[in-house]
Amino acid sequence: MTDKKIRVLVAKPGLDGHDRGAKVIARALRDSGMEVIYTGLRQTPEMIAEAALQEDVDAVGLSILSGAHLTLVPRITQLIRANGQDDVRIFVGGIIPDEDVPKLKEMGVDGVYGPGSPTHAIIDDIRKLVNDAA
Amino acid sequence: MSLQDSVLRGDRLAISRLLTEVENDTTAGQAALNELFTHTGRAHLVGITGAPGTGKSSLVNQLALHYRKAPQPLKVAIVAVDPSSPFTGGAVLGDRVRMRELSGDSGVFIRSMATRGSLGGLALATAGMTQVLDAAGFDVILIETVGAGQSEVEIAKLAHSVLVVDVPGLGDDVQAIKAGILEIADILVLNKADRPGVEAAERALLGMLKLGHPTKHLVQHHNHLEEVLAPVDAHVDDWLIPIRRTVATEGEGLPELLEVLAAHKAHLQNSGDWQRRERSRLHTQLQDLVKQTLMAGWRSNVTDAQYADALDQLVERKLSPRQALQALLP
Ligand SMILES: Nc1nc2c(ncn2[C@@H]2O[C@H](COP(=O)(O)OP(=O)(O)OP(=O)(O)O)[C@@H](O)[C@H]2O)c(=O)[nH]1
Ligand SMILES: [Mg+2]
Repeated sequence: MTDKKIRVLVAKPGLDGHDRGAKVIARALRDSGMEVIYTGLRQTPEMIAEAALQEDVDAVGLSILSGAHLTLVPRITQLIRANGQDDVRIFVGGIIPDEDVPKLKEMGVDGVYGPGSPTHAIIDDIRKLVNDAA
Repeated sequence: MSLQDSVLRGDRLAISRLLTEVENDTTAGQAALNELFTHTGRAHLVGITGAPGTGKSSLVNQLALHYRKAPQPLKVAIVAVDPSSPFTGGAVLGDRVRMRELSGDSGVFIRSMATRGSLGGLALATAGMTQVLDAAGFDVILIETVGAGQSEVEIAKLAHSVLVVDVPGLGDDVQAIKAGILEIADILVLNKADRPGVEAAERALLGMLKLGHPTKHLVQHHNHLEEVLAPVDAHVDDWLIPIRRTVATEGEGLPELLEVLAAHKAHLQNSGDWQRRERSRLHTQLQDLVKQTLMAGWRSNVTDAQYADALDQLVERKLSPRQALQALLP
């Protein structure tokens, strides 16, 4: 399909209270032609996996500022895989210490982006990984 | 097991994947729909439309919650449509933000979709997607659209029952939009009834309803379906468009809204309008399909250069529109 749209779930797990970063990413992805499903604040891992399933997304972007990434991310990836969505790419953005990046990658995360990351880098990575998976 | 068999068994991953195939109008999606179509026609399709921000998603959330906690809970699917950017083709689909209370309930399935390209394309995709959900066993399918353009009217025509949502204190700029979508309303919802100006808003709606002759019938006339105004001595069983006040954020007025929806469904079934709407709906869908298919077939036989050439001659008045057409037909 020439116009197969890339669909991305942008989610904000955890309890920290603002979603400015997530909204910036959502808009940047939209401006690059993707369809972004935005779910709002304080999503549990179960809610995120359920939304990823119902929306049949190609990728899930998680915005995590709380520092809880090492507990949230494995839970979310497990749930998504348990639903049978083996191809869904997973991206994490937020405040992630350097030493945690390899750990996240081991948990199945495809890309990690700190606060200064240019949005075009994220967009390019999503495009590339999703098209490879297809 | 085939995708459609898994859908019939209610497998959520299969439902989701087939929705994508149907939305993208793939051959796999078309083939599955051919098999599934005989299993459709049971769900109550409810359209929810209205100006941006009037509380449609909040209402959908509450409707679903109430259907789920009824003595005999109904399975509810939601299709939430938001506009694509005409410039980039991308979209932010944010209706789920208001539906977080529905998560974790296996009797609910929420799918967001963007309007994407063409008018007919959107209506066909939405029709196909509701058929998948219908075949998968959902009893009620709630379709949310922003009531701002023709595409929303097209989608609302898919539904058996159309809720048009209004709120107190909307500016004059949306009055025209309102007048357009009021025509498709079966039930008017005055949401945000906790806001000042409810009385005035309700009076205004009543006024617009009277002007618009609310009791309409679909009739079959020389094989065309036409809407005609009910005669003055209208039957007692004519549907008079009710207005219901709600506060969607609190769930206020929702039991009454569900009652009126059930009454509308019963009215459709008892009056024969259910079958008439069904026929009209499928008539529209068939026409869209014929147009789309003929158009695609024609387009594949004409090069861009040929088309541009005919258009040039048309602009230079060397050809009339009909002559240009002749030049472009095989
Ligand atoms: N005061 C009040 N606010 C409400 C009510 N219903 C919805 N809202 C608020 O209105 C805003 C918009 O609600 P949504 O449900 O997202 O409205 P919508 O029509 O789906 O919006 P779009 O999909 O963007 O067109 C939110 O901030 C809601 O909390 C209500 O009955 N009273
Ligand atoms: Mg909405």
